[in-house]
Amino acid sequence: MNFVNLFRIALKALGNNKTRGFLTMLGIIIGVAAVITMLAIGQGSKKSIQSEISEMGSNMIMVMPGGDRRGGVRSSGSDMESLKLKDYEDIRDNASYISYISPLVQSSGQAIYGAANTPTSIYGVNSDYLEIRRYKVSDGDFFSDQDIRTAAKVCVVGKTVLDELFPDDPNPVGKVFRFGSIPFRIIGILESKGYNSMGMDQDDLIIAPYTTIQKRVLAITHIQQIVCSALSEEYTDQAIAEIRQVLTANHKIKEGDEEDFNIRAQEEMSTMMTSVTDLLTILLAAVAGISLLVGGIGIMNIMFVSVTERTREIGLRMSIGAKGRDILAQFLIESILISVTGGLIGVVFGIAAAYLVQLLADYPIAIQAWTVILAFAVCTVTGVFFGWYPARKASNLDPIEALRYE
Amino acid sequence: MKEVIRLENIRRHFIVGEEVVKALRGVSFTIEEGEFVTIMGTSGSGKSTLLNTLGCLDTPTSGEYYLDGVSVRTMDRNQRATLRNRKIGFIFQNYNLLAKTTAIENVELPLLYNPRYNARQRREMAVSALQSVGLGDRLQHRSNQMSGGQMQRVAIARALVNNPAVILADEATGNLDSRTSFEILVLFQRLHAEGRTIIFVTHNPDIARYSSRNITLRDGRITADTRNGQILDAQEALAALPAQND
Ligand SMILES: Nc1ncnc2c1ncn2[C@@H]1O[C@H](COP(=O)(O)OP(=O)(O)OP(=O)(O)O)[C@@H](O)[C@H]1O
Ligand SMILES: [Mg+2]
Repeated sequence: MNFVNLFRIALKALGNNKTRGFLTMLGIIIGVAAVITMLAIGQGSKKSIQSEISEMGSNMIMVMPGGDRRGGVRSSGSDMESLKLKDYEDIRDNASYISYISPLVQSSGQAIYGAANTPTSIYGVNSDYLEIRRYKVSDGDFFSDQDIRTAAKVCVVGKTVLDELFPDDPNPVGKVFRFGSIPFRIIGILESKGYNSMGMDQDDLIIAPYTTIQKRVLAITHIQQIVCSALSEEYTDQAIAEIRQVLTANHKIKEGDEEDFNIRAQEEMSTMMTSVTDLLTILLAAVAGISLLVGGIGIMNIMFVSVTERTREIGLRMSIGAKGRDILAQFLIESILISVTGGLIGVVFGIAAAYLVQLLADYPIAIQAWTVILAFAVCTVTGVFFGWYPARKASNLDPIEALRYE
Repeated sequence: MKEVIRLENIRRHFIVGEEVVKALRGVSFTIEEGEFVTIMGTSGSGKSTLLNTLGCLDTPTSGEYYLDGVSVRTMDRNQRATLRNRKIGFIFQNYNLLAKTTAIENVELPLLYNPRYNARQRREMAVSALQSVGLGDRLQHRSNQMSGGQMQRVAIARALVNNPAVILADEATGNLDSRTSFEILVLFQRLHAEGRTIIFVTHNPDIARYSSRNITLRDGRITADTRNGQILDAQEALAALPAQND
């Protein structure tokens, strides 16, 4: 018996019982649709978090003073003055896995322009900082090396600060405002980055030459942080090793001694966040998978009913020459047909539902080919798996008894 | 004449709990091509068991069975299925048509299990089988839209379509009124005249008078095996029946 004939027989059997076939399918439709929607939501969260992290610079490395706190009571890291400009220069000159590097000193305070004022932070950095944090200057210019050498009182400003200080001025480049008591001239405006996934406003900042902040704002000679970019995310570990090498030498830290600095990579953060969203995805998929399983059991149940109900038909088919394997194939194809058709409909509904979630709840979704293929494959396997047992039962019937079945 | 069926000392024992039911206790006979054999006997005498054996649905406990010269006893399930498909046409008391299925699809069914025929050939063969039983104008009728007599004709067409070596009928007229029974009997006689080999199990002693040979069973043994010298014509009997008044 060829496949086309078996297919036709199975199709006809389903056609004879449309309502039942559809209801059985419904389990699979819901299961597959749930799997696809849930995975789309899970993957969507993952992608949006990933893109935000890479927006922040997934290859970013931060070096901070302080070390392991387990040693006992210590002054807090930021109070320590262990990071020097020389550390920054040595890393800059010796590291080969680092593409951008900037010292960082930071101060919080009021920015004041006329009657307007707003609390914000000012960051003292060099021009690499833009690349490291993926900021762009949209209007005006960034400060020059000359400005750094002369500790010029110039700055570039984020949009949030501008909106507070110059609510009516479309182009405040060239204006002078005060940060605390120090006057700063605006020479550039940062392109807006909005909020990050942790809800921090990335436009609420002022960037100035680090020398200016060191000398005129904080009156310090050390630096608070070194931020840099590894060549790419994969080279983060090598870059960290290089930084550690320079710092242990500079700070004369002996083998086995505690380090007086702290290196943190953005990459760790991104791995952590993705592992959280991966877990979310798995949980969602598991719940959806269970509904697919229930759908599969529904198929098995109906196939059993169908086999029992059609015992006489099976007996007749056998008496006119159907082999056990023909009967097996017939019922197997029938259950696969149910699950595959249900699967296809489920795919359509799942994708539609995912887009609906995006549209109505404004939630990021990502439908990936592999999730659709997976859901569909699981569905076909479900059909075979749950169709097998009833089909096997049908194929093992004795033709005489089957014919006599009332 | 060519020998179609040869039974040698066939026994069939069923084990029911502790007891052994001996449905057939050593049955031997041969049937030649073109015979119309009726098998009679009281209820429980083993007629259906014998027919199932002849139809390769059942394997005897002992004894040899040759169908068209081939020994059936040593065949496995699949081989017997193929043999049924090519050599045997079954007709049942309760027709056993597929529900909600057209006459033509029902008749095509045995051919579906034979890879030799393509869709067009299947259709042609089914149509000609249906025409030969007088249902050329009912090809697309579904099984639930037909009378008992029509359904049995479809079943006969289905049994003919694979051009079998032998047609086996178990109480083929048992569910029909006497007029329709005679109509079916006319059909069987025509098939007999065309040279088909037919084995017809029946309770009705009258039917034996229209066949060429009659075998009587009792308690799983053959008690009589007679050839009918004077075969009655079912067509005449049908004409003699009082006209239907409706
Ligand atoms: N599968 C079986 N298991 C046990 N006993 C069986 C089985 N099939 C038939 N028998 C027994 O074998 C004997 C013959 O049965 P069979 O059906 O051949 O009779 P029959 O002549 O066809 O009767 P009827 O005219 O009522 O159809 C009976 O005693 C029956 O109980
Ligand atoms: Mg019987």
